[in-house]
Amino acid sequence: MSDIADKVKKIVVEHLGVEESKVTPDASFIDDLGADSLDTVELVMAFEEAFSVEIPEDAAEKIATVKDAIDYIEKQKAA
Amino acid sequence: MSGTGTNGRRVVVTGIGVVSPLAVGAELTWKRLIEAQSGIGRITHFDPSELPAQVAGEVPEGSTAEGGLTLSDWVPIKDQKKMDRFIHLGLVAAIQAVEDSGWKPENEEDRCATGVMIGSGIGGLQTIYEGSLTVASGRARRLSPFFIPSALINLISGHLSIRYGFKGPNHAAVTACATGVHAIGDAARLIQYGDADVMIAGGAEAAICALGIAGFCSARALSTSFNDDPTKASRPWDRDRDGFVMGEGAGVVVLEEYEHAKRRGAKIYGEIGGYGLSGDAHHITAPAEGHEGAFRAMKAAMRNSGVTPADIDYVNAHGTSTMADDLELDAVERMFGAEGKRIAMSSTKSAIGHLLGAAGAVEAIFCLLAIRDGIAPPTLNLDNPARESVIDRVAHEAQQRKINVALSNSFGFGGTNASIILKRFEA
Repeated sequence: MSDIADKVKKIVVEHLGVEESKVTPDASFIDDLGADSLDTVELVMAFEEAFSVEIPEDAAEKIATVKDAIDYIEKQKAA
Repeated sequence: MSGTGTNGRRVVVTGIGVVSPLAVGAELTWKRLIEAQSGIGRITHFDPSELPAQVAGEVPEGSTAEGGLTLSDWVPIKDQKKMDRFIHLGLVAAIQAVEDSGWKPENEEDRCATGVMIGSGIGGLQTIYEGSLTVASGRARRLSPFFIPSALINLISGHLSIRYGFKGPNHAAVTACATGVHAIGDAARLIQYGDADVMIAGGAEAAICALGIAGFCSARALSTSFNDDPTKASRPWDRDRDGFVMGEGAGVVVLEEYEHAKRRGAKIYGEIGGYGLSGDAHHITAPAEGHEGAFRAMKAAMRNSGVTPADIDYVNAHGTSTMADDLELDAVERMFGAEGKRIAMSSTKSAIGHLLGAAGAVEAIFCLLAIRDGIAPPTLNLDNPARESVIDRVAHEAQQRKINVALSNSFGFGGTNASIILKRFEA
């Protein structure tokens, strides 16, 4: 697993207060990890802060799973 | 039947919850209060050394079993960051009160008949302070989505309703230091008026932060002479008093229509006799001469309760340890006349400080326990009364007394006054 994936996982565990084992790539923040819409806003902010990236609102709306977040950030970092 | 305009619906108290500088828990707070313990100490929430006032009544940390605050026992860790401390403290007291009452709505009708009215004087001051720093440092887009709901005063009521599914009236009083009494009084009226059968009501405050202490310091409202001897700082009516001592915490009661409580065999702490309100129309922080606003609030509460001074045995004074103490004393003496020498009046702020928006609710609970146990709690540090009075102010030690009816006063900045009367319950 990449450094980015590790870090994303850690942020999700911290912000949503969930067990690390539940934070699988396919886990949906809202359906599987108990987040509400405000939690996801905060989560995206935390990603922006941690990875020094900008995640515009339309992109943020498409980030529904752990994998979505990792993919988006990896793409930004590679660009 | 009690009071006027009640449609015959009586309101009783079936649950209590307290978070105070003496303890987390109503019974333990009460036990320590009547043992004449003090909850005042040097401020630890922030470094107060730059400010003239350095003492306050902070809620003790520690295990729940020993009366300390272990927040994760009450609020899930992931939700804690979505709430300012005043919401934390309010929820802890509210959960205690609800559990104590044993009330669990089991159908939609019950849920819709259960409401919440828990207010605060100031709300999420520390949250607003921290949010301001984020914006001031040019990071406005990093402001948490939970900033607003963390600071809003009505969010204790909101969170509690979500936790238990209480779908009745959802409201919050905001009247500075009179909040707690207004919340309980108005909630009782919602029950009397038929808007709800059960109301969870009270107040919470957590303003022991740099902004809160500095603000009250600037208003010259806080005690500054006892920084080296914190337990002596809150001394209502004493000649050496020099300002109030800030406290934090929450008080919440479960109010219930009597027939509703009776049907489910609920334990009853006492009855809401009635309540009265008034405005000073005088000054933003100082009461009028003779505290005539207080006099009118007490009078209105008695009229609403259908009692006279001859019926009242105990007064829990607003008594904040400021110059206004003697003005309240003037008003109470005028109200009680010859009955003054029969009653006891104390200020429990001497032990826990001034809990601002929570004060009236916590003190109403003390009145209920005073009635239950036949004990008037003491006024600590009343070593040399600034002036004599025929009224026994319960200096230093609690007194055993027969107490059937108690009156509690709360007055707030802006010239807002509220008095509530609690009665021993008799079917």
